[in-house]
Amino acid sequence: MKILIVEDEKDLLKTIAGSLEKEHFVVEAASDFYAASEKINVYDYDCILLDIMLPNGNGLQLLEQLKKSGKSNNVIIISAKDSLEDKLRGLELGADDYLTKPFHIAELNARVKAVLRRKKLDGKNTIEIANVVLDLTERICIVNNEKVPLNRKEFDILNYFLFNKNRLVTKTALAEHVWGDHIDQSDNFDFIYYQIKNLRRKLQTAKAEVEIEAVYGIGYKLVEK
Amino acid sequence: MKLLNRSLLYLSVSMFFIIGLWSVVFYFNMLNKIKESVDEGLDHYKRQIVYQAQKDSIILEKSNFEGGFFTIGEITASEAIAIKDIYIDTLMYMQDADDEIPELEPVRLLTTAFENNGHYYKLSVINSMVEEDDLIEELLRETLGLYFVLLAAVIIINNFVLQRLWKPFYSFLIQLKNYRVGSSRKFPEVKTKTKEFTDLQNAVNILLQRNIETYEQQKQFIGNASHELQTPLAIATNKLELLIEKGDLQSRQAESIAEVMRIIERLVRLNRSLLLLTKIENKQFLDEQIVSLNEIVRQNVSDLEEIAEFKNVKITVAETAGLTAQMDVSLAGIVISNLLRNAVFHNIYNGIVTVEISEKTVKISNTGIKAPINEQKIFSRFYKADDNTSGTGLGLTIVKAICDLYNIAVRYYYENDLHSFELRFR
Repeated sequence: MKILIVEDEKDLLKTIAGSLEKEHFVVEAASDFYAASEKINVYDYDCILLDIMLPNGNGLQLLEQLKKSGKSNNVIIISAKDSLEDKLRGLELGADDYLTKPFHIAELNARVKAVLRRKKLDGKNTIEIANVVLDLTERICIVNNEKVPLNRKEFDILNYFLFNKNRLVTKTALAEHVWGDHIDQSDNFDFIYYQIKNLRRKLQTAKAEVEIEAVYGIGYKLVEK
Repeated sequence: MKLLNRSLLYLSVSMFFIIGLWSVVFYFNMLNKIKESVDEGLDHYKRQIVYQAQKDSIILEKSNFEGGFFTIGEITASEAIAIKDIYIDTLMYMQDADDEIPELEPVRLLTTAFENNGHYYKLSVINSMVEEDDLIEELLRETLGLYFVLLAAVIIINNFVLQRLWKPFYSFLIQLKNYRVGSSRKFPEVKTKTKEFTDLQNAVNILLQRNIETYEQQKQFIGNASHELQTPLAIATNKLELLIEKGDLQSRQAESIAEVMRIIERLVRLNRSLLLLTKIENKQFLDEQIVSLNEIVRQNVSDLEEIAEFKNVKITVAETAGLTAQMDVSLAGIVISNLLRNAVFHNIYNGIVTVEISEKTVKISNTGIKAPINEQKIFSRFYKADDNTSGTGLGLTIVKAICDLYNIAVRYYYENDLHSFELRFR
C-alpha cells in the first residue's frame, strides 16, 4: 500500500509519515505544489493526503489534475481551514474525505483505512481481526461465528479500535469520533470508561481473542491476545 | 419630551408674556388717546358755549347738568383768575340707552372760567367717557382670543413645519437604530440638503466607518490567529500521541504528558470554537435549506441517549407541531446539540431534560443547580456558571451568534427549579 502525503509543514509531515509507517504502508512525501504535481503524474498511490494550502499553488488544483486522470477518489484533504466551500469543492472534485487540522492520529488512521477499504472493496465489507468479524454494512459483530449483541456506540467504538489495531486511541479521539466533535465536557471520560468496560465484558464473555488495554490512563489500545 | 412639544411649550409661554405685556401697553395708550380726543371735544364745546353766551345770555342761567352737558355759575374775578383749564375723570349719575335707572357712569369733566360783559363765570363741561372696566374686559377677551388663535396657528405651523423639517432626521434615526456593525451593508443616510443633517450624517458615517474597520480587524485577527494555531496544535497533538504510543514511559512521565495533552485538547477546542464563531459572524455558512427542527432534536436526543442514561438523566421530547426553519443544517444542529448537551451535562443525578417543540418555539428545560444563572452574562464569551467544568465557555455564545444570524430570539429563564432555554423562530 503506497501513500503520498502532500503537506508543507515539515514537522507535521514527519509525524504523519512516522505514524503511517507503523501501519506498514509505504509513505512518500511532497512538501510543495510542484513536487506533488510531479509525483502524482508519475506514480499511482493507494491513498493521498492532501493539504490545500501549499507553497506555489493550491491543493485543489492538484485534485483537479487527479480527477482528470481519474485518480481523485482516494484523496483525503487535510486542511487547517474548516471551510465549507473548500470542503464542497474538494468532495465535488472527487476527494473521499476531508479532515480538519488538528486531528488525532487514530482518526487519520481510521480515515485512511476506510479509504483503502472502499478502494479494495470486493463485495464484502467486513473487518476481521483474530476471531472477531465486524460487518460494517449489517452493523453486526461476530465472535467465534456467534453474534455478539452490541449497542450502536459499542459497535462504533469497536470499529474504531479495529481500524487502529495496536495503536493508541486517546479518550478524546474516541469521544470525538463516536460522539461528535463538539464534546467539551470532561465528565464524558467517565462515560467512555463505562462504555469500554461494557464492551470489554461482552468481548470477554464471547471469548474474543482481542483485548482493549488501558494506556497510561490516557487512552486505550486494542491488541490480539 | 419630544422636540415638537418642547418648542411648543417655549413658544406658548413666551407668547403669553409678550401678548400680556403688549395688551397692557396697548390699553394705556388707547385710554390716553381716548382721553385726548374727549378733551379736545370738551375744549370745542367750551368755545361754543362761550360764543353762545355772548349772543344769548339765557344759557348763563344754566346752573346744573339737568338736560344738558354743562353748568355755568358766576364767580368773582379773583376766583376766575385762580381757575385754570382742568380735565378730570369723575362719576355721574346718568341713564344710558341700555340702563333702566340712572347709574354712575364715568365722565370727563372740564372746569374752566370765562368773562362775559364784565362778569366772570365758571364753566363745567362734561362728556361721557368709555367705561374702563368694559374696556378692560373687552380688551382681555380680544387678547385671549388673539392668544389662542396665535397658539393654534403656532401648533399647526409647528407641527407641519417641524415635522417636515425633522422628517429626514427621524428617518435617519430609525436607520441608525437598525444599524448593526458587521451585518448592515448600507450606511444610514439623510434624504435632505439641510446642512446640519448632512453634517450629522457625515459625522455618524465617519464614526461607523471607524467602528467597522476596528470590527473587521478584530474579526480578522481572531480568525487568522485561530487559523494559524491549527497546524502547530496538530503537530503538538500528534507528536505527543506518538510519544505515548512508543511506550517505555514511567507512569509519572506518562501522567505529565497526559496533562499536557489535556491542555492541548482544551486549546484545540477553544480554537475551534473561536473559528466557528468567527465563521458564523462572517456569514461563511451558505448551505441554507429548510430544516426540520423536530428531526434535528430527535437526532441529537438519540445521540445523547447513552450518556444521559449513564448520568441517569431522563430526556423527554414533547412535539405539538412540526417546526421548520430556513437555515444552515449544520448550524441548526450545533444550536440544538449545544443546548441539549448543556442540559444533560449540567444536570443532577436522576434529573430530567424536557424538550418541547411547538409551532414557533423549541424549549429545552433541565434540572440542575437550584439557582438561576445570570441571564445577562450567560451568553457572553468565556462566561462559566461553575468554574470546575473544562468547557470552553463558548457554547452558548455560539448558540447566540447562530440565533442572531437567523433572527431567532433566544432567552434563558429559571422557573420551578428548571433552567430553560427558549428559541423563538420567526
